[in-house]
Amino acid sequence: MNPFIKIIYINWPLQFLILATALFGFLMLYSVSGGSWDPWTKPQINRFSISFLLIFVMAVISISFWQKISPFSYVLGLALLIAVYFYGDTGMGAKRWLDLRIIKLQPSEAFKISMVMALAYYYHKLPANRVSHPFFVLVPLLLILIPAFIVFRQPDLGTALVIIIIGIFVMFIAGVHFGYFLFGGISFFTLLLVLFESRGKEWQLLRDYHFKRIDTFLNPSADPLGSGYHITQSKIALGSGGLFGRGYMQGSQSQLNFLPEKHTDFIFTTLAEEFGFFGTIGLLIIYSLIVAFCVFSALATRDTYSRLLITGLCMTFFTYFSINIAMVMGLLPVVGIPLPLVSYGGSSMIVIMLSFGLIQSAHVHKNDRF
Amino acid sequence: MSKFKETTLKSKLVRRVHRRVILAGILKASAVALLGWNIRKLQIEDSEDYKLLADKNRVNLRLIPPSRGLILDRLGTPIALNEQNYKVVFIREQASDPSKVLKKLSTIITLEQKRQDRLLQDMKKRSSFIPITVAENLTWKDFTKISVNLPSLPGIIPEVGLTRHYKEFESYAHVVGYVGPISDKDLESEKPVDPVLQIPKFQIGKVGVEKKLEKHLRGTAGVSRVEVNASGRVMRELNRTEGKSGQNIRLTIETNLQKFALERLKGMSGASVLMDIDSGDILSLVSTPSYNPNNFVLGISQSRWDALLNDERKPLLNKATSGAYPPGSTFKMIVAAAALELGLIGLNDKIFCSGFYELGSRKFHCWLKGGHGKMSLQEAIQKSCDVYFYELARKVGVKRIGAMAKQLGLGQSYKLPLTGISKGFVPTKKWKKERFGTSWLVGDTLNIGIGQGFSLATPLQLAVMTARIASGREVMPNLIRNTEKEIDKMKALSIRQETLAAIKKGMYDVVNEKKGTAFNFRSTHENFLIAGKTGTSQVRRITREERESGVIKNEDLPWKMRDHALFTCFAPYKRPRYALSVVVEHGGSGSKVAAPIARDIMLFQLYGGIPPITAYPEKQRLEVRKRLFDIAKKINLRNYINPNI
Repeated sequence: MNPFIKIIYINWPLQFLILATALFGFLMLYSVSGGSWDPWTKPQINRFSISFLLIFVMAVISISFWQKISPFSYVLGLALLIAVYFYGDTGMGAKRWLDLRIIKLQPSEAFKISMVMALAYYYHKLPANRVSHPFFVLVPLLLILIPAFIVFRQPDLGTALVIIIIGIFVMFIAGVHFGYFLFGGISFFTLLLVLFESRGKEWQLLRDYHFKRIDTFLNPSADPLGSGYHITQSKIALGSGGLFGRGYMQGSQSQLNFLPEKHTDFIFTTLAEEFGFFGTIGLLIIYSLIVAFCVFSALATRDTYSRLLITGLCMTFFTYFSINIAMVMGLLPVVGIPLPLVSYGGSSMIVIMLSFGLIQSAHVHKNDRF
Repeated sequence: MSKFKETTLKSKLVRRVHRRVILAGILKASAVALLGWNIRKLQIEDSEDYKLLADKNRVNLRLIPPSRGLILDRLGTPIALNEQNYKVVFIREQASDPSKVLKKLSTIITLEQKRQDRLLQDMKKRSSFIPITVAENLTWKDFTKISVNLPSLPGIIPEVGLTRHYKEFESYAHVVGYVGPISDKDLESEKPVDPVLQIPKFQIGKVGVEKKLEKHLRGTAGVSRVEVNASGRVMRELNRTEGKSGQNIRLTIETNLQKFALERLKGMSGASVLMDIDSGDILSLVSTPSYNPNNFVLGISQSRWDALLNDERKPLLNKATSGAYPPGSTFKMIVAAAALELGLIGLNDKIFCSGFYELGSRKFHCWLKGGHGKMSLQEAIQKSCDVYFYELARKVGVKRIGAMAKQLGLGQSYKLPLTGISKGFVPTKKWKKERFGTSWLVGDTLNIGIGQGFSLATPLQLAVMTARIASGREVMPNLIRNTEKEIDKMKALSIRQETLAAIKKGMYDVVNEKKGTAFNFRSTHENFLIAGKTGTSQVRRITREERESGVIKNEDLPWKMRDHALFTCFAPYKRPRYALSVVVEHGGSGSKVAAPIARDIMLFQLYGGIPPITAYPEKQRLEVRKRLFDIAKKINLRNYINPNI
């Protein structure tokens, strides 16, 4: 089929929703920089424009191509994770970034895509009767846990947990027997107990700051100017927005620097403060629609690879925004997860746009047989 | 079969996948719903609480100091005003190395190393964005020099503030007083505390009119609601309530007269008060030596303060209202008035002065060793005969002398906006008993009769006394100019006109009759004739041996032991308008020291400027011309003649 004709079959509503979300982002970045295109809005627009075009390019490439390169993508992703572990730039006590000259890449973000691709490929190739076989459950589990452990040692607990959540989720969608998840859930809570037991002992499994963040999360008002500062201030910003908000560029909390990381992880608070309940619910509805269109798209596809790919990548997107919003509201501890398509940042933007490229490709080629 | 089985297995799996995709979608939807519910709680339910918290975060109140009311002289010329004060402040966060910047600044203006160290210490104590005053009261030249060099002085900001400035420097020091930075002690005595006082180094009145009329002068502070960011820096002003500037205060003092009087008394330790008899307005009130109130405004240096405190002539004391002196012979008018009013002596009754008055074994001496001979009341005032007044005082008694003294304004304080006003002192028998445990003696009464002993009066009270004798009304001194005439409110004294006329005639003779004690210091202008009374008050006891071997002359005594010289007068004699008192501490004789000063000041007021030498007796004109010329030069009034004359 002619690639230009293929474009017609793109999931257009999804594409417009992506654009709408990004516009929200530009608006907010313009506001948090005090009404200026620099230093955040302009680069963000450039990055978005290029990667938006990239979605179209990826969409017209056959899904069978993406399927074929899936194992290689996993190997490459794992290699980058190992590379960053040894050669990465250290930022805020963690090695997360890989400087590739052109862009600074955060391999743990990109790896989420590789993993979803690999797992979809694995279940696509796996005969239906082996899906719940213990050995064939162990293989994907290792594909998930090994990279998660590397990320955890960077150390980046948040992303490691997200990788595990997404991986397990793909396995769940793939139809692995329910009993495994029950067992997994029980062992997870046991692990949590052990982790807290390890605190302050010689064999402490988490870094001190992880525990501190968890403490803050559990009781942010205990030390409002200390470690609980971020959450307290961000809740004030959210709450003070009220129904209609304080008006664009009028949010005192964000304009006066009471908010931390206001252009990246905490940008939702600025939105909440300046546009109020209507703004936040509006964005939440757009996000939900994106997820909904992905779910419909997944149900419409005919092959396992496409179905798992779309659901897995959609889950990635979902974890981004739900964890971020829950975090700024104080429902989850502060982990470095951006608000997708809104927060300033190259790495997460590219990862999200790449995953939408893949989702669109699966959507366009949903009737292909391979 | 196997193929079929596989296909059914596969379709079963596909159905399971579909189910799970839908299940996941439902789970996601409920997660979103949970988020939405939480957002609703934060943004709608608890929104008001969070709005309050956000405001608490961002809004600070800043006070805008009101501009202080001006103090004006009689003609409305400002005496105390608010001048632009060129200063430089330093904001630490804008400089990488504060000590380096200060070092650089010290090459432009003088900034001692010690001061630099103190500033650096101060900075450490405060947040880095708070401006610290580095130098104040800079000259325009220094200010511009700094402004030009700003690029190489990061963190230094030139600013213009308002600071009190006293235009006439020393002339008004004792009347107007001065302001200074508020101290913790000042704050304690203020209740309720005016929020404006919490401004660091806020200037409040410390002495004189500045202190007494502080409430009028201060005004009320404005409030500016400012938005601050997370580190407390001011971002913008939200709104402001303008304060009210302080009221202007217009004094009754005439600046030129004030300057002249101060210059005339310069070099001496003394005071003079000149009043308008009709209105009670104090036209001039000076005390010497004076001081420069501007030195106090920004906090005085320890060495200057010590110098002022340790000066035996007490420059800080307002001698015109706070200095109480034995009134000496100026008190004789009171004794005379009391005796005449009681009918204890007639105008033509004479008393013989042999040079002393014997009371038992004690001798009370007249100042004239040989005695005055037969004296009438008028002559006794003219020649200031002591023996006459010993006799008179004994007849009247201390109680009735005291009553007359009070009626004429002694022994009471006036409601003037000045600090440390002395009541003076009019003794009573009861007081002596309580104070010393001994009974009142007739000798005490004799001493009172000539203004020695226990009685004390301030120069202001002497002026009031003279004004009351001259007008026959209960003149009240007044320092704040009141446009409504209050003359009608001054009630008449309960003293007969004949009594006052006799005393006034006596005072006239003092200055204008050949044998008068102040004859040398008369005015020759027939419309400006002065009537007055000299006084010389002893500050030491003269022993019998000394009296026999000859009283030591004042010039031979240490300064502190010399007599006080007093003179009190009114003019013009025919229609009294002004009353004046002059006291020179340890100045010697009233007739020689105080009278000439009083004449110059009185003539200045009568002529409305430097008096012409034709107002002086011919013999003195050469000397007077030189003296007046010097003063006119010093106070820059060389050609000043009041056009009203």
